[in-house]
Amino acid sequence: MATPDIGYDSGIEELPKSKTWLGAALEMMRKQPLGAAGGFVVLVMIFMAVFAELIAPYDPEANSFEFMLVGPSTDFLLGTDQFGRDLLSRIIYGARTALYVGFVSAFFGATAGLVLGVASAYFGGRIDLLFQRVLDVFMAFPLIIMALAVVAILGTGTQNVIIAITVPFIPQCARVVRSSALAIREIPYVDAARACGFSHTRIILRHMAPNVMAPYLIMLTSFVGQAILLEASLSYLGLGVQEPTAAWGLMLQGGAEEYAESAPWVAVFPGLAITLAVFGFNLFGDALRDMLDPKLRSR
Amino acid sequence: MKRSFLKTAAAVALGASLGLTSAMATAETPKKGGVLNFVVGSKIPSYDGHIETTFGMIHPIRPFYSVLIRVNPDNPSSPTDFVCDLCVGDVPRPTDDGKTYTFKIRQGVTFHNGAPLTAQDIKATYDKIIFPPDGIASARKAFFSMVESVTAPDDTTVVFKLKYPSGSFIPALATPFNFIYSKADLDQHGHTWHQRNINGSGAFRFVEHQPGAFVEGARNDNYYVDGKPYLDGFKAIAAPKMAVRLQAIRGDRAAIEFRGFPPKARDDLVKALGDQITVQESDWNCVLLFTPNQKRKPFDDVRVRKALTLAVDRWGGSKYLSRIAIVKTVGGVAFPNHPLAATQGELKQLAGYGTDLKKSRAEARRLLKEAGAEGLEFELHNRGVDQPYKVVGTWLIDQWKQVGLNVRQRVQPTGPFYDTLRKKKDFDVSLDFNCQSVVNPLVDVSKFLGSAGNNYGEYEDPVLEELFDKMNRSGDEAEQRELMRAYEKRALDEMAHIGVTLWWYKINPHRSYVKGWKIAPSHYLNQALDNVWLDK
Repeated sequence: MATPDIGYDSGIEELPKSKTWLGAALEMMRKQPLGAAGGFVVLVMIFMAVFAELIAPYDPEANSFEFMLVGPSTDFLLGTDQFGRDLLSRIIYGARTALYVGFVSAFFGATAGLVLGVASAYFGGRIDLLFQRVLDVFMAFPLIIMALAVVAILGTGTQNVIIAITVPFIPQCARVVRSSALAIREIPYVDAARACGFSHTRIILRHMAPNVMAPYLIMLTSFVGQAILLEASLSYLGLGVQEPTAAWGLMLQGGAEEYAESAPWVAVFPGLAITLAVFGFNLFGDALRDMLDPKLRSR
Repeated sequence: MKRSFLKTAAAVALGASLGLTSAMATAETPKKGGVLNFVVGSKIPSYDGHIETTFGMIHPIRPFYSVLIRVNPDNPSSPTDFVCDLCVGDVPRPTDDGKTYTFKIRQGVTFHNGAPLTAQDIKATYDKIIFPPDGIASARKAFFSMVESVTAPDDTTVVFKLKYPSGSFIPALATPFNFIYSKADLDQHGHTWHQRNINGSGAFRFVEHQPGAFVEGARNDNYYVDGKPYLDGFKAIAAPKMAVRLQAIRGDRAAIEFRGFPPKARDDLVKALGDQITVQESDWNCVLLFTPNQKRKPFDDVRVRKALTLAVDRWGGSKYLSRIAIVKTVGGVAFPNHPLAATQGELKQLAGYGTDLKKSRAEARRLLKEAGAEGLEFELHNRGVDQPYKVVGTWLIDQWKQVGLNVRQRVQPTGPFYDTLRKKKDFDVSLDFNCQSVVNPLVDVSKFLGSAGNNYGEYEDPVLEELFDKMNRSGDEAEQRELMRAYEKRALDEMAHIGVTLWWYKINPHRSYVKGWKIAPSHYLNQALDNVWLDK
């Protein structure tokens, strides 16, 4: 419908049209080319993880000793390991392990941090003080040390690795979210909600948490990259995912060290996969932060 | 033809060079001084030799202790050459129709705390090993099933009385795990004190143990052999990852690793360091097994256990795994090159050893279907040591996948690994091993007895016990051999209590300046370090 001509400038600007996904992606590519590249890497990883069965040329766990330590060739694009397993297939399936561990631990870590952070800010006082000191204790340990401690207590295996990675993420997200939530707590609508007699849970989850989504999403994306790196580190140390599961860190362990000189492809390609994935998630996370942060968005 | 000649020539040259090396070693005059740094690829579950079965303990701890007799350190590959350590003169011959052994004990030997060592200490030690009190574990109790009593009529005499003559008694006595403990320590502190404390009479005194880092020992100046040890001390550095151990030798942070490396590692070291590296190789009295937990369903069903062994391609595994792991030889329950071991023809009659793999796997599938265990999912419990556990574990999982089994792997560091086997027992199937020191199949095969202290299968089999007893009482080698075949058939085929994978092959590349140490067919033997010296 056309705007009626009322003979003078009303001073009202036309509302911007809502963007399509494609439009948003194109705009991101223009404004954040590095972030778009990171997003592309993330998409490729997701595609590999979802369609691994369709795109992997071989069974990633099947031993074929007659092809042990074969270099990159037309039959085996990235070569084979000491068990004759196709490295490309293992890297494709490894994306599934990396993303599964990465997303699950990042989601649970960030979400638990979100709830704790908002609750801490909302209640304030002694509860906030107690929460923050407990978080201080957890944050005093470097990520990998905390994860190692959790694995040492729970044992190895995918589920335990997820828990080990989730635990150190919680205080990190809680601290960031709390700082945003402290500002939101003072906004009148929170007082209004209180005045309406809403429960604490409702105020925290329905009125405050949605308003700290920007830092939450930023933490979430950066956690995925960190989680992939942590999972790879734990698996490399023999404390994470176990053979014969295809996992990038695990691929760097054992054979990759032993054959690093004579069959460098065994170490190089999984290493590249980890590097690219972490790089991609970090670039994408940075771009997301820039786009969601109003102060940075206007620059 | 030409290739075969070259191989022969290479073998002769290698043999000659090894022979020459050993001849030179004996001809050279040992030099005193220096600290031997060596790397150990496993942790120390406890210091108690009587309950432990791992090199992770024996390599760093054996130098602190003495034993009654031991394998001749200058001829450790011989299964019959034993010498006195704490006894005097030659190893005694039996009297009383082969049923009594009387040992005269050295005088003037002291424990590291200064207390004198007497025959009473030796009696107390062997009582603990052979007749442990209830609740006290003894890994080698079954080795001494022929022993009736141990007595010490005076402070310099120990008498072992046997129930029947046995050729396996002296080899069992020479086991390097039989550390001699002080009777006073056992009486005052109890039978578990040595798990966390060390008071030996060996060539080296205990200095320090930083768990996960190193064990340090210093020369025992009161050692009872004049002029020994040659070293000022040693440092056993913990390095669970093989790549780290290799690089430690390559960078000369460590001089030797006593357990063994795979062929590829040997080739890399020799290529990089040339004559600064000396290589010693030997067959290895060590076999990797898989043990189903028969207290857990469906592993209480012999059909399921038999399917597990039928699925394994041992001959193919030998061909390929020997290139990447420290395993090589296909064998049964006994050390493959021993007269009591099965021939290839005899092996091929056993379930899982046939050369028709398709037939074996079809039979495995049939048995699983019959037992209602098609597509069975279970967990393989494994030890967190690369060679050969994790390599063979990965291979085994693939072998079982070929008959439709879906196997996950749970890997634990050495301490928790043993804890699971011995106490928790919460495993379905576990990688297991039978690594013995002195080659002595008559007792080495005790591992397969449900009653053995180091058997984790949770089963009882009176037939197997009876066969073992008969075999050990028999004085006739032909009869022993026949009984061994029946024992093997029962353990590996009819009841499939335990599955044998492959026997190990020992390769020790080490810095050429390490002298006086000779490879044995076991990584437990010859680790007292009293003969070792550094040519620097």
